[in-house]
Amino acid sequence: MTISSSPAELGSNQIYTLRVNGTDREVRDAWVGESLLFVLRERLGLLGSKGACEQGECGSCSVLVDGELLCSCLVLAASATDQEIVTIEGIAPVGAPSDVQQAYVDAGAVQCGFCTPGLIMATHALLERSPDPSELEIREALSGNICRCTGYGRIIDAVQKVSVARRVES
Amino acid sequence: MTAVEPVLGERTLPGRIGDSPTRPDGVAKVQGSFAFSGDMSADGFLWGATLRSPHPSARIRSIDLSAAWRIAGVEAIVTADDVPGKLTYGLIASDQPVFASDTVRYVGEPVAAVAAIHPEVCRRALAAIVVDYEVLEPLTDPERAIDPSVAPIHPDGNVIRRQRIVCGDPSVQGEIQVEGTYEIGMQDQAFLGLEAALAVPDPGGAGVELHVATQWLHEDRHQIAACLDLADEQVRLVLGGVGGAFGAREDISLQVHTCLLALRTGRPVRMAYSREESFLGHVHRHPARIWMRHHADRDGRLLNIEARFVLDGGAYASTSAAVLVNAVTHTQGPYKCDNAIVDGYAVRTNNLPCGAMRGFGVVQACFAHEGQMDKLARACGLDPVEIRLRNAMQTGDRLITGQVIENVAPVERCILETAALPLPDEPVGGHDGDPMRLPGGAGLTADRQHIRRGIGWGVSIKNLMYSENFDDYSTARCRLADGVVSLKFATAEVGQGFITIAGQIARTVLGVDDVELEPIDTAIGSAGSTSASRQTWMSGGAVDGACRLVRERLFELVAARHGIDALRLAIDGRDVVDTMGELRVAVAEASSGIVIEETFEHHHRPTEHLDELGQGNCHTAFAFVAHRAVVDVDPELGLVKVVQIATAQDVGRALNPLSVIGQIEGGIAQGLGLAVMEEIIQTDGRVRNASFTDYLLPTMLDMPPVLTTLVEEPDPMAPLGAKGVGEPPCISSTPAVVAAIRDAIGRDLDRVPVRPFDIAL
Repeated sequence: MTISSSPAELGSNQIYTLRVNGTDREVRDAWVGESLLFVLRERLGLLGSKGACEQGECGSCSVLVDGELLCSCLVLAASATDQEIVTIEGIAPVGAPSDVQQAYVDAGAVQCGFCTPGLIMATHALLERSPDPSELEIREALSGNICRCTGYGRIIDAVQKVSVARRVES
Repeated sequence: MTAVEPVLGERTLPGRIGDSPTRPDGVAKVQGSFAFSGDMSADGFLWGATLRSPHPSARIRSIDLSAAWRIAGVEAIVTADDVPGKLTYGLIASDQPVFASDTVRYVGEPVAAVAAIHPEVCRRALAAIVVDYEVLEPLTDPERAIDPSVAPIHPDGNVIRRQRIVCGDPSVQGEIQVEGTYEIGMQDQAFLGLEAALAVPDPGGAGVELHVATQWLHEDRHQIAACLDLADEQVRLVLGGVGGAFGAREDISLQVHTCLLALRTGRPVRMAYSREESFLGHVHRHPARIWMRHHADRDGRLLNIEARFVLDGGAYASTSAAVLVNAVTHTQGPYKCDNAIVDGYAVRTNNLPCGAMRGFGVVQACFAHEGQMDKLARACGLDPVEIRLRNAMQTGDRLITGQVIENVAPVERCILETAALPLPDEPVGGHDGDPMRLPGGAGLTADRQHIRRGIGWGVSIKNLMYSENFDDYSTARCRLADGVVSLKFATAEVGQGFITIAGQIARTVLGVDDVELEPIDTAIGSAGSTSASRQTWMSGGAVDGACRLVRERLFELVAARHGIDALRLAIDGRDVVDTMGELRVAVAEASSGIVIEETFEHHHRPTEHLDELGQGNCHTAFAFVAHRAVVDVDPELGLVKVVQIATAQDVGRALNPLSVIGQIEGGIAQGLGLAVMEEIIQTDGRVRNASFTDYLLPTMLDMPPVLTTLVEEPDPMAPLGAKGVGEPPCISSTPAVVAAIRDAIGRDLDRVPVRPFDIAL
């Protein structure tokens, strides 16, 4: 369920198009002050990106914009046009988790799961640029994602397992 | 020790007790399709938002809503005048207004709420509400709150509870005496999933359905219904996906407001807190000031403990009275002591309200008693391990409340197993010399030669379940049909993994593979709260009980069919077997075409109120744990890098070892946070750091490797032999880290979190 409109009182409402997970999505009647996170969640129904701090500290809202990992709470949606946006929903089809996603489940890296989509995005980005990261590299790369439940031990385990499995496969 | 009844087939098939199957919600959570409470929506919904007091203490002269009403898109504005039922709520005492009407008592207290078509319209409406405050001098010093000459800031008075304990002969003097005053800062639960709810009104306003992230659906419902002037049955609660809890969702926050707006507008209303609002809008860990004097003989054996506790409860009572009882009754820690005199206060101030947070009063007591044990060790010339072993409590020992520890109490084993875990083999900064491993990390501020390493210990005892005559029972229903089990309970799954072990229990008891979980809501009896490390014991006991009742009926059916005594039957793997004969029939076949359904309530044994002298069997059960921390400290800049934590925890029996490890590592991260970084800072009742930029939480770079040994001695008192495991990890990990810092720099540190200037100045 997404909100349908905004009142004219909120200011100039424009139509713009976001390219999300390979599809052009038109955004109509949105207030220009809406963050990318808000528009993804509330207007495009992509609820997998989570908001937990609204200031780029926790990483829960991480998405890829033109391949760059960033916090969607810090980006104005109306400024993210003409860019390739990938959200957690674009990582793998529903019911067919990616290797990283499955490793998180298997390793016990998920508890409440609120931080998980952001961590999955950050992990994919890390392994993309560094297929065989050291433990310290993993800690550094994922230190922008706060998890309050797990103490991170099982997350590191999951990332290392994916790295090893990919190496074996290749 | 009595062994727990063995279950045939246990640990032989996947997904049974003792195995570590994955979470049933795991794939949805990693794919982003799991619905948290903030993801809930409904046709035609409105956004809700809350106006909060900017003052810690003020009288409200008037509230002018006219400008806010003129904003297009505003559909409702409600204040105290619009509350149809009871004007206050609260877990133990109903002392907190739904909306402040004449007085505000803390910064962040709700004054009004609006519903509008867009969050930005809500924000503008809140900004347009004019509240005329007469600002008063806040009461922020808890010691002053004890003073009877200070005017009460609430009709219920400033002392929420005083509890003394007098045990044995408190005049006993030890040859060795050590003394200290310890301070604990205000910690926030800082769950990631902010408070959020969706309220959907029934047609005609006959009731309301609330989807909310909470720890205790039935208690929420009871408080909400009273404020809305509805019967409990007219309010239906459904658990929205919970993004962590840690105590902060035990109290009401936005529940009544959201329902009220929905009933007022006749439309669904979504409310979601911002992070700043979350810091203001839920209860926190009580800041505490604790004085202790320990008396011992020359061999370091405890003879007497004197102590005084002052807990700052903030503006409203919440669970402060129970937190105080936990604190004072855990004064001695996991150590024998025959004599004690303790005085404790939980008081009301104009600071943020405090209530439940993981550890619930025991965190505070433990930081003090472990500081004392280290002082005692030094005074006696013993090392920290030896002093603890000499005093370690055992089953059968008596607490200073007179209560005998009847649980398994492997304190000595926890200490020895922790000591047996290897210390880090790498030098300061690691073998690779990467400066990221030094205190200060990426700041590159550390000079390796000046870094000092220290080792410290913490050991603790924690009560499990509720105390003082509270019957916090749990209910579960089990249904078996055609080899498939479905389970129904109202147990709040907050991330801890109860939904995983519920299935494991059912599979083990009934020999099935397929277990379905019904929605978690108030359509069944209460499960009690997901707190006090109680759900494995209580709801695990309820699921186990319901499954056993179903199994009995299944056995009766099979026995009748085959003309044998049902008592001869057992579950072996996936089959019902005759233990005295040849019969073996698959559960799927035996249950084909029939439906067996049973509901079971698990109650723990009764407990008692403490008397005036703090005597009474007030607690239900206990668990124990030891922690050892290794830290590197930069004494010049006062920065700390925790290098390793080792722990051995008394878990009774690990139903799902991977889940237990997750609780242990996660709890230790919160203990580390309290030790070196986490504190809500208030000045004159105003919060200085209500954001994740300014309230520091441990990141992956702050958390060291954790070495864990599970001490499995099944507890005959626990329904499945399993003790709760959630709280102990965050109790003695904090003093262990602080002890390690003291060891590194050779200085007393009597306050957490330890700040750079506590070390460097």
